[in-house]
Amino acid sequence: MEHIRTPKVENVRLVDGISSKKAALGTLYLTATHVIFVENAPDTRKETWILHSQISTIEKQATTATGCPLLVRCKNFQLLQLVIPQERDCHDVYISLLRLARPVKYEELYCFSFNPKLDREEREQGWMLIDLSEEYKRMGLPNNYWQLSDVNRDYRVCDSYPTQLYVPKSATAHIIVGSSKFRSRRRFPALSYYYKDNHVSICRSSQPLSGFSARCLEDEQMLQAIRKASPGSDFIYVVDTRPKLNAMANRAAGKGYENEDNYSNIKFQFIGIENIHVMRNSLQKMLEVCELKSPSMSDFLWGLENSGWLRHIKAIMDAGIFIAKAVSEEGASVLVHCSDGWDRTAQACSVAGLLLDPHYRTLKGFMVLIEKDWISFGHKFNHRYGNLDGDPREISPVIDQFIECVWQLMEQFPCAFEFNERFLIHIQHHIYSCQFGNFLCNSQKERQELKIQERTYSLWAHLWKNRGDYLNPLFRDDPSQTQGTLHLPTMPCNFMYKTVGLWFERFLRRPEDVDVQIVTWCFTKCCCPL
Amino acid sequence: MEFSELIRTGQAQAELLRGPEMPPLRGTLCVTGHHLLLSPGPQATPDLWLLLLRSVDSIEKRVAGDAGTITLRCKDLRVLQLDIEGVEATLDIARSIEALSSLESVITSFPFFYRPKGLRLGESWHFHPPERYYKRVARETRAWRLSEANEDFSLCPSYPRAVIVPRTVDDDALARSARFRQGGRFPVLSYYHAPSGTVLLRSSQPLTGPQKRRCAEDEELLQAVLAGARPGARGFIVDTRSAQAAKQARMTGGGTEAKSAYPGWKRLHRPLERGRPLQESFVHLVEACGDLEQSMDRWLSRLDGCHWLSHVKAALSTACLAAQGMEWEGACILVHGAEGTDSTLLVTSLAQLILDPLSRTMAGFQELIEREWIQHEAPIFLLFLDCVWQLGRQFPLSLEFGEGMLLALFDHSYASPFGTFLCNSEKERCLCEVRTRTHSLWSGLNQPKEQRKLRNPLYAPNPLAIWPSVEPQSLRLWQGLFLRWTHPPEPSEVAWEKVWQIATDQEKTEGSQPTDSASEPQP
Repeated sequence: MEHIRTPKVENVRLVDGISSKKAALGTLYLTATHVIFVENAPDTRKETWILHSQISTIEKQATTATGCPLLVRCKNFQLLQLVIPQERDCHDVYISLLRLARPVKYEELYCFSFNPKLDREEREQGWMLIDLSEEYKRMGLPNNYWQLSDVNRDYRVCDSYPTQLYVPKSATAHIIVGSSKFRSRRRFPALSYYYKDNHVSICRSSQPLSGFSARCLEDEQMLQAIRKASPGSDFIYVVDTRPKLNAMANRAAGKGYENEDNYSNIKFQFIGIENIHVMRNSLQKMLEVCELKSPSMSDFLWGLENSGWLRHIKAIMDAGIFIAKAVSEEGASVLVHCSDGWDRTAQACSVAGLLLDPHYRTLKGFMVLIEKDWISFGHKFNHRYGNLDGDPREISPVIDQFIECVWQLMEQFPCAFEFNERFLIHIQHHIYSCQFGNFLCNSQKERQELKIQERTYSLWAHLWKNRGDYLNPLFRDDPSQTQGTLHLPTMPCNFMYKTVGLWFERFLRRPEDVDVQIVTWCFTKCCCPL
Repeated sequence: MEFSELIRTGQAQAELLRGPEMPPLRGTLCVTGHHLLLSPGPQATPDLWLLLLRSVDSIEKRVAGDAGTITLRCKDLRVLQLDIEGVEATLDIARSIEALSSLESVITSFPFFYRPKGLRLGESWHFHPPERYYKRVARETRAWRLSEANEDFSLCPSYPRAVIVPRTVDDDALARSARFRQGGRFPVLSYYHAPSGTVLLRSSQPLTGPQKRRCAEDEELLQAVLAGARPGARGFIVDTRSAQAAKQARMTGGGTEAKSAYPGWKRLHRPLERGRPLQESFVHLVEACGDLEQSMDRWLSRLDGCHWLSHVKAALSTACLAAQGMEWEGACILVHGAEGTDSTLLVTSLAQLILDPLSRTMAGFQELIEREWIQHEAPIFLLFLDCVWQLGRQFPLSLEFGEGMLLALFDHSYASPFGTFLCNSEKERCLCEVRTRTHSLWSGLNQPKEQRKLRNPLYAPNPLAIWPSVEPQSLRLWQGLFLRWTHPPEPSEVAWEKVWQIATDQEKTEGSQPTDSASEPQP
């Protein structure tokens, strides 16, 4: 509370969105966790709540005759303008929010004070809802070729990996440890998904420390072990999700990619997904396009093209499609990596999973997928989404891109997903909100040290409890499109035909759009009040 | 003329490729007076494949060795490839298709021969006579009357026999006003907006010419429109050309209403693309959609470069302007461009869909098309359908018809076994006896078996105006049309089925009987 200079300002006007001309008059409150705006209009007294952790930027604009405008951009792409009558109040609010939106300690985050009035037992059960050991069992593991390894017990080999990992039976502890020393941040190849129809796997890792000529016998043995674990196939794909140029540049720093001559029976493939810095800039450009005031069609399409956002989305989809095809059509195992193996690799593996396995297209399955490919494998939520004040160069919309990929798939296969768009919106919201403990920190190890499960609540239990809100009434579990692999056409015009409707732009423009959609979904047969 | 003179060969063996999503067909190919037939061999499915020759847009032939290939580009955007045995047979079939698909004559066209089972000739042409609507308006307002001044099409050959005009203006004045308007298209009522008591009119440009001529009767007519609405009512003239283009039109005898001559009326210019540039825009978009190998950047730049979505945006914006004038300002609106036959109709019909809940019903929409779209010149009619699709996407519950209806209208406007879209005016239609010798499209579409494809199961009558968002983000490519033959149809068809199933189940549980009102058009 010591950061709040002024807890209450009256006669503030709130403008929601860019194009909206309507301003609501009301009172602004600053609390330890939220900015709250309460409208004066006595019949509605409408309240707008914004979590501090949702605030992306705050901009003080030039004072006008009506007051001092403050522009608040949120991480869920919402945009609010507050016009505060007195310049001094505006400055106080501005300084307070600057600090409140940039917590420096985990303990400052909302999840440590959020209390949904559940008892201890309920909280513990909530954390048990999504169980990864059940998930590996569902995949058919362990089996004759794959086993649970305890090599990473107490995070001894790799501190950004989980402790429970599946590896080929023939990969001894010696091979794993040897391989880990030859990989960035010791992220050795481990199983992400087992495709039991063809007895093949999707494994993931970081880049090898190959430089221009270095080799590692254990790493070569590790890849061989993965190949041998799928007896039906005489080679494995190694998919490097980076652009070739980036991968080559890494060689100069002693990193790089696998040399096909050194590894027996691998087929090496680049898929050019750009790095986090390119993606951050792309989103920035995209948001600028969305903030244009009355743009022409051409302004918009040009801006869309220039931002590259959809090119990047397509690259991620292409990676997922490549992996899914290799596994389901060619019957070959795939090892996926990028540089550290926690951003692009997570994107590619989880898109491939969605395409391959109908389970991941259900409500619970989708939670499992995020738990497995993102949370457990050490995607750096804290750094990427700026939960704590940190290096702005670490921030990047990596999981937002994945969520947009899911949305694109939902648009194309309206009956294939058990959940609806609102489910995606709420997950995205909570990745930034820090209201639940699931997405805190950068790794499983850090979460354990913070005792997240004892001190916070699980989002998954919260979503599951309200699952009625998230069901897609068009979901069919019978027809071909929900069973087995989704076959995507890959032409841009085809699979990105909704290009002109990015899933998040609706926040900026017409929140009603979302309502229309939900109204449709709910089949509330009333007139839409538009 | 005998069709047999144009048919060079009876039949040939061929294989038909119908795009990436359909299996090829093998069988005997045969050209008849109106169709291309492929009858599959005995081992295959017994279904006969049929193509109306009028729907062929262009034809390319290639021969190599003792076989040939014919590529047909159809007006519904399909591309078909026929691999034919025998060089002579290929060339003969190609020549036959060329000759038959380009026949100009209306009365030898297929609708004059089409006699489907279950439909009686002439029975459904009474579904949507414009007179019915005009009579209703005349009755409700008392300020308007039905005139038979155009009974013999002498005032305006492209208007119907009955038109609706201000009660206080007599037929002589109409005749003078008609002479002052291009093609005789004097201002007539298009839509009466009861909630605000205002009207939407359409016409062609006034023939002011370089001398800035005036016509007292024309001025009187527009004055009477305002007087009939309410004392002190204002009017807006929405000119679908730029101010400069309107001024330039004076050099060729056309022009626009002088401000001083029409007190109470204010002119607004909202340029809309038409004719050749619109056609090119359409062609470029179709090309871009057909390119399966391009990068994302290339696709987006082509989508931008073809300007099709800009035209959609401009059309909807102008229609919103006209609708807002009526609903919010209580003003009367006159829309015209030059001839008043393309962009004008686009604006007047979209404005009605925005304002009038009745026009959003199945029967009301059919009536709107009968009343407004005298000629269905491509691609302006397609632009209209695209704009309606955008409305339906933004207001998923407010239109009684679905995408299937719009696609059906697109297909039938180019090539159809029905007579509804034949000819360019009422006059021509009378000469060709279209009403007595062909079937109406509406009789075909209103058959119960078509309803699941054409109707929107989510429809719930919405008494309010529907204001579309015309921001670029809100407008999308109509993929159901432009990607119809390259996109796998299955997912959206399954979804449509599921929506129907849910809607039907819901009706059952609610215990309410499904309302049949629209399957049988109201008299």
